[in-house]
Amino acid sequence: MLDDFMTRAALAGIGTGLAAAPLGCFVVWRRMAYFGDATAHAAILGVALSLAFSLPIFAGALVIALVMATVVSIISGRGYAMDTLLGVMAHSALAFGLVGVTFLQGVRIDLMAYLFGDILSVSRADLGVIWGGAALVIALIGWRWSALLTATLNPDLARAAGIDPKREQLVLTLALAVVVAVAIKVVGVLLITALLIIPAATVRPFAATPERMGVMAALVGMASAWVGLRVSYALDTPTGPTIVCMAALLFSLSTVASGVKRAV
Amino acid sequence: MTDASPLVSASDLTVRFGETTVLHDVNLRVQAGEIVTIVGPNGSGKSTLIAALLGGVTPATGRIDRAAGLRIGYVPQRLVLDPTLPMTVERFLSLPRRVSARRAREALERAGVPEIGNRQMAALSGGQFQRALLARAILEEPDLLILDEATAGLDQPGAAAFYQRIEEVRATTGCGVLMISHDLHVVMSASDRVICLNGHVCCEGTPEVVAAAPDYRRLFGEGTQGALALYRHHHDHTHAHDHSQDAAE
Repeated sequence: MLDDFMTRAALAGIGTGLAAAPLGCFVVWRRMAYFGDATAHAAILGVALSLAFSLPIFAGALVIALVMATVVSIISGRGYAMDTLLGVMAHSALAFGLVGVTFLQGVRIDLMAYLFGDILSVSRADLGVIWGGAALVIALIGWRWSALLTATLNPDLARAAGIDPKREQLVLTLALAVVVAVAIKVVGVLLITALLIIPAATVRPFAATPERMGVMAALVGMASAWVGLRVSYALDTPTGPTIVCMAALLFSLSTVASGVKRAV
Repeated sequence: MTDASPLVSASDLTVRFGETTVLHDVNLRVQAGEIVTIVGPNGSGKSTLIAALLGGVTPATGRIDRAAGLRIGYVPQRLVLDPTLPMTVERFLSLPRRVSARRAREALERAGVPEIGNRQMAALSGGQFQRALLARAILEEPDLLILDEATAGLDQPGAAAFYQRIEEVRATTGCGVLMISHDLHVVMSASDRVICLNGHVCCEGTPEVVAAAPDYRRLFGEGTQGALALYRHHHDHTHAHDHSQDAAE
């Protein structure tokens, strides 16, 4: 069954959607969209380093994404506004990554594959990495769910209940780095944040509790991946961007539907 | 409780933010069963003191001690819910630990808002919201209840009713209560002990002692002692709503 590239691509997309969407809820609730961008863009630097030192792309991207997220967490609140800081870091990392790649001699790499994903070339090994990473992220978020929610509501509320908000922030940072690393192959570094945010934003008007929002976002994420893949196959369009287009269409539908619901 | 060791204490606590000393040489103890209120002008370090007691601010010098296994129920001054975060009251009560639907309903009843379990937190009125916060704090079965201007945004009858709930909770559970408040005259009469803070502890003692202290009167003016007297006076009359009515009676 895994011999078919379309099956592998579908499984890769669904796995990424599953892992990204519940984490994406926290990215939305905590207003970390730019933080996600910075982490994702930094990953291209990780890709360059991986290729230079013949390391697995996943490992390089994961390490650099983690370093980026940690650096941003440490230097935030020291003089610059968070969005300025993240803007500097995100685009610098992307630029250095792109420049770094050109120094690689003898390696002909398709940069577009890392910027926008190359889901149709997902191998069995990639699939293992993607689903392994997805399982890790789901387990991590599931395990810390209540503590994360409490810390998201109010740090002092969390402290009073014996929860360390800094530790929960670290959990999110780690999960984010893993999602970025597994999603590179699927949608590329430039569109990862879309997979995090759009499904969560799409289901917000229809969710009464955080849990339902997480589950519904995962469903929307997986559906976008699968439909996007079919559409890109039928129309011969780039798959990563097509997946994000499907998510964006669902978001528009949801916005209209919730507007109608409120008007009635 | 016969145990005289405090639930929480600050010893010679000094807190600095960069170059600014926000608190210095603060000593504070809260015992089980007592209601302690911190009053002080804006910028006097009240919220910083609470944050330090909760562990969110690291002291420059001095120390914070919490009783082993201390359970804290905390009602923040303001809880801003991001509009993207859906949250029913019932779900909120189960953060971070799951509670049964029955216990959640009991807590809401005790907080005086039995009907709001299925509502969205964002759709509550100011008073309902604060009571939902209180209900959650009670559910932790706290040894110590910490309230940071929990009645900010409530009107005077609402605030008075809120403090009455707190006294009831103290009476039924025997927990200690530490609160910050701006409602001087309500607080002054509802507390066992008042601590007047302005970067350091200016004065402390029973409400009467603090109200008469020169430091307190310098910070809050002469009128507040009158407010205390007025409050005591009000409570001589069960149905008095305003002065003209008092006078008419």
